[in-house]
Amino acid sequence: MGPINPMTLFFAAIFTNNILLTNFLGLCPFLSMSRYKKSALGMGAAVVFVMASTTALNNLVYYKVLVPLGLEHFRFIVFIVVIAAFVQLVEMTVERFFSPLYYVLGIFLPLITVNCAIFGASLFMVIRKYDFVQSLAYGAGSGIGWMLAIIVISAIREKLEKTAKLPRGLEGPAITLIITGLLSLAFLAFSGMIRVQ
Amino acid sequence: MQPKKQIFLTGLWKDNPVLRQILGICSTLAVTNLMINTLVMDAGLIFTVCMSSLTVSLLRNVTPVRIRMMVQTLIIASYVIIVDIMIKAYLPDISEALGPYVALIITNCIIMGRCEAFARHNPPLSSFFDGLGMSLGYSLVLIAIAFVREPLGFGTLLGFRVLPEGFVHWTVMIMAPGAFFTLGIMVWILEHFRLQSGEEKG
Repeated sequence: MGPINPMTLFFAAIFTNNILLTNFLGLCPFLSMSRYKKSALGMGAAVVFVMASTTALNNLVYYKVLVPLGLEHFRFIVFIVVIAAFVQLVEMTVERFFSPLYYVLGIFLPLITVNCAIFGASLFMVIRKYDFVQSLAYGAGSGIGWMLAIIVISAIREKLEKTAKLPRGLEGPAITLIITGLLSLAFLAFSGMIRVQ
Repeated sequence: MQPKKQIFLTGLWKDNPVLRQILGICSTLAVTNLMINTLVMDAGLIFTVCMSSLTVSLLRNVTPVRIRMMVQTLIIASYVIIVDIMIKAYLPDISEALGPYVALIITNCIIMGRCEAFARHNPPLSSFFDGLGMSLGYSLVLIAIAFVREPLGFGTLLGFRVLPEGFVHWTVMIMAPGAFFTLGIMVWILEHFRLQSGEEKG
């Protein structure tokens, strides 16, 4: 694979290879958090920040520590620990210095540790052999793509709740999945624009 | 203490993790476009859930409460590494196709959820059966999704042609939206029947 321009990668991660809509990652928090726009926004912002930082951080850890030591097989454990430690650190910093922000983001941060999208971004980074700058661009792009999707869906859900009369069985997760499918279909329209694997 | 059979059946049907709790669909929905990938993934998941429930339960009296999440994650991650190496060694083609999704079993909410909600308070054998029931229930749903997606998308099932040659493939079923639609409709149908039977009972 030739070197990809980080900028291209950034936009590809948002639109053509949206981590939620094409790779199904981060669906659990997505389904539970997309009820209201406000919580979707908070969760989205937290994901963007953590995903960009941890993907870049894991890139450093993988190529500077694990590969020289020949410990590639332990990357799953190491990545998880890095993510958990990073989230913990961010949580403490935010709580100490930016307490208003803490009330907005606070409850979302611990949830992020088990967000598959964050971990998934790090794994894709290894498989696709991104360098540091590419990982940063990829992480940030994926985070923004995730945020975009969750905000769109939450806006649709809020609107639906007010106006539409749904069959009772369809309420909640079922309709959310179907809307997500439609959104994913819409995002497929971007797929010819940039080819990045 | 509930009998083991009941614990097993609760996970399998009554509290089915995907259909009732909508948990842990992230990592595995992606592989449901081919039945064979789904089966391999399911086997890996069942192994991981059972073994990590068992281990967490064995260690439940010696794990400090404050760091239990970290301990659980490490236990799960160790088992997933075993699964990953096994699949790489014996099924290299499928390992290639599954890509990072095997590793993503670690962040599958079901495993963590079962460790947190059940294995932490219960003896090892019950935890093992709880894990088995939950993961089998989960696998059944995924197999059902693959059973819809593969024939419609490729006209085949496990690689054998099941639909006539002239069948126009529904390309959308292979791609991401197909999985969302299939699961959404499945949840809808089951929720509908559940509500109906609930009304009849009382």
